[in-house]
Amino acid sequence: MKVIKEKHPLAIRWFHWLNFPILIIMIWSGLLIYWANDQYKIKLFGKEYFHFFPETMYKALHIPFKLAEGMAFHFFFLWFFMINGLLYVLYTLFSGQWRYLLPNRYSFKEAWLVILHDLHIRKMAPSQNKYNAAQRIAYSAIIVMGFGSLITGLAIYKPVQFYWLCSICGGYETARLIHFMLTIGYVLFFMIHIIQVIMAGWNNFRSVITGFEVHAVKKTSDKKLRNKDEI
Amino acid sequence: MRSNKPEQTVEQQIKKRTILAFTIFILMACSAYAGWIWLNHQPTEQGVQKPLRKALDKNEEIFTNALTFAHLAKTYPRSRAAKNVRVNGDVGLGDNFDAKNWKMKIVRKPGDTLYVSLEDIKKLPKTELVFDFKCIEGWSQITDWAGVKFSDFVKHYGLTSQAQFKFIGLSTPDKKYYVGIDMKSALHPQTLLCYELNGKSLPMNQGFPVRLIIPVKYGVKNIKRIGTIYFSNERPPDYWAERGYDYFSGL
Repeated sequence: MKVIKEKHPLAIRWFHWLNFPILIIMIWSGLLIYWANDQYKIKLFGKEYFHFFPETMYKALHIPFKLAEGMAFHFFFLWFFMINGLLYVLYTLFSGQWRYLLPNRYSFKEAWLVILHDLHIRKMAPSQNKYNAAQRIAYSAIIVMGFGSLITGLAIYKPVQFYWLCSICGGYETARLIHFMLTIGYVLFFMIHIIQVIMAGWNNFRSVITGFEVHAVKKTSDKKLRNKDEI
Repeated sequence: MRSNKPEQTVEQQIKKRTILAFTIFILMACSAYAGWIWLNHQPTEQGVQKPLRKALDKNEEIFTNALTFAHLAKTYPRSRAAKNVRVNGDVGLGDNFDAKNWKMKIVRKPGDTLYVSLEDIKKLPKTELVFDFKCIEGWSQITDWAGVKFSDFVKHYGLTSQAQFKFIGLSTPDKKYYVGIDMKSALHPQTLLCYELNGKSLPMNQGFPVRLIIPVKYGVKNIKRIGTIYFSNERPPDYWAERGYDYFSGL
């Protein structure tokens, strides 16, 4: 027998799906800005391994070399990014959803087990609530990263007025580097996220649009199964 | 045994809710995409889509109201200053410049122009400033400049009534490069009419004889080789703002 289990509240689904295009626009416009001074590279012992970014990437993504346009978009959509993010945090705090989100004392240990399970090295996944241990860590980290982007962004945007913020971030150049690395972090997060969503399957994906998951319950519903399905 | 009825109802519920949620989702996705297309095809104002231009101006308003803009840019010891100073723009620095006869024109009001020579400017109290010069492209460099504070210049030449205007406009002698600066930033204590770099007179490519150094703005506002200064309540034309950049470009 199938049962409907509510999973994601409507508000969280909205925040999630609003954030997606906004973050894409922020990354895209950020690339237009970064391009004007594309100074970052991975260098080890004097040998350059990767330059952010190769010319081919700009070409492949059809990134026009337009700094002014990048800045205009970036400084417009930053407000949506910020407000959506703040509302999400506030909602999570006041609705009690933070209980499912924040890592608890078991999370850091369990996250390894989740990873081993996802890599098909370990058979059993640790029991979980709405989010597993790895998700708790990743989804909490992404909030911290969002704050980091706001703070470093503000420090680069008005380094004289927010001189204190700028020095907290380690200075103008460091703030820019952190801002950039956080963006790389979002891209990596996104790629893993997509893989995980595909692996998790339809039921899970549907829940972030419809809000519910469908669970199969044995007619002679035994207690253990119930508990496991509890959300 | 229970009947199949509740099972059906659950199935129906699942179907109904899924279809409804996905319909709304797809509609929202389409309208977001339409909004994106709309925004990109808006007529431009000064080189950028009108809504974005409005947002840039609004940002300026928000930050101008929220912040005092009295903070000083961080300064550094002279030893930190770069010896090889980056050169990034040459618009308005044409070769046919008559350095010998150069005088800075200050339009006090239409028809009343003050002419100031380099020697006149050098007579005023000199201020040295070592700060992190920031280019709108994203690089920055600690550089060592010296000149007269614009606020000292205003006092010395009795331009206090002109300083009541909202903006100053500056242009190169050949009028090819021009900037507009809000009066608050122009009168900021670190804004210099600068004639020295690393203790020597400005090189040609850094805007000999006199350029603007304004640490509360990106480099684009630090106009090289000032020809004319005037005062206005309307935004003076600005070379890069006309090409889609933020007019304010404040830091």
